[in-house]
Amino acid sequence: MTAPAQSGPAAPVLEAVDLHVEIPLPMGQLKAVRGVSLSVGAGEAVGLVGESGCGKSITLRALLGLLPVPARVTGGALLLDGVDVLGMAERRRQRALTDAISMVFQDSLTALNPVMRVGDQIAEVPRRRLGMSKAEAHARAIDLMDQVGIPEPEQRYRAYPHQLSGGMRQRICIAIAMSTEPRVILADEPTTALDVTIQAQVLAVIDKLRVERELGLVLVSHDLAVVSQTCSRIYVMYAGRVVEAGQSLPLLTRSEHPYTDALLRSVPDPDATVERLASIPGQPPMLVDVPPGCAFAPRCTFARDVCTADPNPPELEPVSVGGSHTTACVRHQDIDLASGAVSAFVAEKEA
Amino acid sequence: MTTLPAPLPTFDASTIRKRSGERNITLYAGLTLFALIVLAAVFAPLLTSADPLQQNLLQARLAPGSPGHLLGTDDLGRDVLSRILYGARVDLRVGVLAVVTPLVIGSILGLLCGWWGRWFDTIVMRLVDIVVAFPFYVLVIALVFALGQGTKSIYIAISAVGWVAYCRIVRGQVLVAKEQEYALAARASGLPTWRILLRHLLPNVILQAIVYAMSDIVLSILAIVTLSYLGLGVAPPSPEWGSMIAEGQNSLLTQWYLATIPGLCVVVVGLALALIADGLVNQFNKR
Amino acid sequence: MQYALYVVRRLLTLVPVLLGITFVVFLLLKLIPGDPAVTLLGVHATPASVAELHKQMGLDKPLYQQYLSFLGHALQGNLGVSYQYRGVSVSSLVFGNLAPTLWLIVVGMFFAIVITVPLAMISANKPGSATDGAVRAIPLIGIGLPSFWVGVMLILLLGLKVKILPVSGFGEGFTGHVQHIILPALTIALAQLPILIRSLRASMLEVLVSDYIVTAKAKGLSRSRVMFGHALRNAGVASVTVLGVNLAYLIGSTVAVEKVFALNGVGFEMYNAILGRDLPVVQAITLIFAVLVVMVNLLTDLAHAALDPRVRLG
Ligand SMILES: Nc1ncnc2c1ncn2[C@@H]1O[C@H](COP(=O)(O)OP(=O)(O)OP(=O)(O)O)[C@@H](O)[C@H]1O
Ligand code: SF4
Ligand SMILES: [Mg+2]
Repeated sequence: MTAPAQSGPAAPVLEAVDLHVEIPLPMGQLKAVRGVSLSVGAGEAVGLVGESGCGKSITLRALLGLLPVPARVTGGALLLDGVDVLGMAERRRQRALTDAISMVFQDSLTALNPVMRVGDQIAEVPRRRLGMSKAEAHARAIDLMDQVGIPEPEQRYRAYPHQLSGGMRQRICIAIAMSTEPRVILADEPTTALDVTIQAQVLAVIDKLRVERELGLVLVSHDLAVVSQTCSRIYVMYAGRVVEAGQSLPLLTRSEHPYTDALLRSVPDPDATVERLASIPGQPPMLVDVPPGCAFAPRCTFARDVCTADPNPPELEPVSVGGSHTTACVRHQDIDLASGAVSAFVAEKEA
Repeated sequence: MTTLPAPLPTFDASTIRKRSGERNITLYAGLTLFALIVLAAVFAPLLTSADPLQQNLLQARLAPGSPGHLLGTDDLGRDVLSRILYGARVDLRVGVLAVVTPLVIGSILGLLCGWWGRWFDTIVMRLVDIVVAFPFYVLVIALVFALGQGTKSIYIAISAVGWVAYCRIVRGQVLVAKEQEYALAARASGLPTWRILLRHLLPNVILQAIVYAMSDIVLSILAIVTLSYLGLGVAPPSPEWGSMIAEGQNSLLTQWYLATIPGLCVVVVGLALALIADGLVNQFNKR
Repeated sequence: MQYALYVVRRLLTLVPVLLGITFVVFLLLKLIPGDPAVTLLGVHATPASVAELHKQMGLDKPLYQQYLSFLGHALQGNLGVSYQYRGVSVSSLVFGNLAPTLWLIVVGMFFAIVITVPLAMISANKPGSATDGAVRAIPLIGIGLPSFWVGVMLILLLGLKVKILPVSGFGEGFTGHVQHIILPALTIALAQLPILIRSLRASMLEVLVSDYIVTAKAKGLSRSRVMFGHALRNAGVASVTVLGVNLAYLIGSTVAVEKVFALNGVGFEMYNAILGRDLPVVQAITLIFAVLVVMVNLLTDLAHAALDPRVRLG
């Protein structure tokens, strides 16, 4: 594996500042993303983890500028090379974002057009947007298929999505994502739907491309093991907010937020593929009427009155002065989370 | 709706009931409109004093808005409004009644096909294939032709063709429903089959069929109107919308309204029933 | 190759359906009250001559033999002799009138698609907009439209008030046919719109929220490429089946529509045969129409398989 370690923070390619996304529903506004700030630089891999429904996918779609209807960005800024794109006219913003960013989805079967040959789907951007001739676009598609490790690309070119295995399909999706020559890739649980053995291969392909092409990568995953191996920095999300962020190793070994800690404890079985995080007792809050203060309080064993005294959710603050490790737990200085279970998990990972 | 991530916020039942009450304007608009039409047909004698059959050549070809004849008179001097109202009685009655038999027969067959399957299902589905191979109108026309003109033949013909749709709908629903937990539980508890079918499955699968029945009423009204237009339906001189259109077509240039008004009536009935059907779908989706 | 296999499999399913259809049409004869021989010869015929005719018509044989000989004749294109026009063979009567009906169906279908696609696309593109509201009202208002009445209204508006199009007959030569078919075909198309618009709009809406549309948008493709290249193709696949079912219904409404426009197709011929109580002709046309529907369903399935690789490749 390539080394995740990274020293001085380069200027971010893509940065979200205090991003808010709301979804109007019959029973009220669902506040899916409530002030998320994150950034990714060239060649950098950052992870986004959190329970199901905490807003990871919606955050990614907001970064891409393609939110599902009827969700809308209701606040914050989205900076591409330091320039805010949210102020741009829709067409220009769309252009700017899709030129710079590509996305890989969890379910490759639904992410591919079922009635179009996979090769044509890869060749579409070279042909329609990069102005290549039919033959050139075909050659480019074959080349991309080769790069993502698809054997016999000439034959696979003519296949339809449902004729390929899950691993092959996800490689096709990666090839499509690469076809726009992006600078950032957003990967939404790209391996969750795959067999364990295939998972590692597909991740390796993504990581190889990241290093070779200096791509920024935002990797969403349920799987802390995956994230800790690939990403140099991690954002932990809960109920639409980032509750802890920092370099992978310190964040995982010396977690400063009870939610992250609970996440780490609930990873006893590295082979289980589904819903590892569900073992934290209780339910995340409904994001229509968000409770005051720390949203994790009802499930948190360390919760005290101070946690919900301020109606606003707690802001991220540095764990130590000047450090990049931040947490949104108001009691982080009073509590000690360095538990044996966490150390054991990390030790296992390192081994 | 395949990719909605869990967990969706759980709905509070009380707010839903409140909101669905506010929102199902479609259903109430449809029901109101249909009720008005039915009332107008039922109370036709109170709404107009004119006899729909009374000819009066001195008062023929009056334009709509003439004194005493709100919608004018036709070539023979008959009052158009009263012919429309009395015509509604015929078309609505036949339209609604013609749906009842297919609904009952089709649902029962569909229930049995879905539940039993095997040879019974095979035979019935082959029959369905054959019936749907005929264009609806053509088979109905041919049957009415063979059985002889009149409303009784229309009932028989529409029933002979119409059951197919209900059979397919209910069968499909049963195939899904019988694998669901409540049905499995009922089966496991050793209840007699008829009880499982009638008490547990039917209420769950019939909704779809009833929604379809709403648009089916429109379909059968269209069939009667078409048959009458072709001279196979209700025998003249009884007032009926389809034959009124046929008669009106002869004086289209001089009296455009004679053919126009009855057609509009069919459209309005269709609108009312379409609203009801859509409203029912909304209602069930909310549950 | 796989497609050819699919076609063969699909063709084989036609056999039982066609047998069933011919049997139903054969039974029509049996439904008619009274003795066909008496109908033909008149009430004053002697029992001997009635018996003779029974023998000639094969009515003295058991039912299944009668059916087999009906089927055998039908397969040879022999559909009997018209009652109305003595001595004229039914098949010449029917096949001679097939052209206007086929024109009507094909052109009507063409109009329906040409009107439906843009309306459904505009509507699904901005759900909830005023345009969408207007398009969604079409199915509600249109469901109760009697097709023949639409025809009468078109005659009134486009044929008589604004005299731009002929309102009856089939005209002479190709251009004549084209001119004469416009109003009837438009009639048929308008009567189809409610269901077509509703189904295409619904499938467009479903398709537009799917992941592969997000993929297509994320590629930075133009709006029109996303809508036509990706969305319409997929939504069309779902709507083709609806189109087929609807077409069967439409074929049935040609009877009344051809009468409205005095278009001398098989539908109009059926109307004439009904007036003349010409049983063999009614029977033959019922059969022809059913065969048309079976063909349409076949074409629909083949088109569906051609458009959707998941169907043909199993
Ligand atoms: N199209 C939609 N309509 C309504 N609500 C939605 C929609 N998409 C997402 N949501 C809601 O927004 C919130 C965030 O969803 P999101 O998909 O971002 O979660 P996630 O973190 O990606 O979860 P998962 O791990 O299950 O993918 C959830 O409460 C979800 O129910
Ligand atoms: S702020 Fe309070 S409730 Fe929230 S995580 Fe920290 S200790 Fe728990
Ligand atoms: Mg997600």
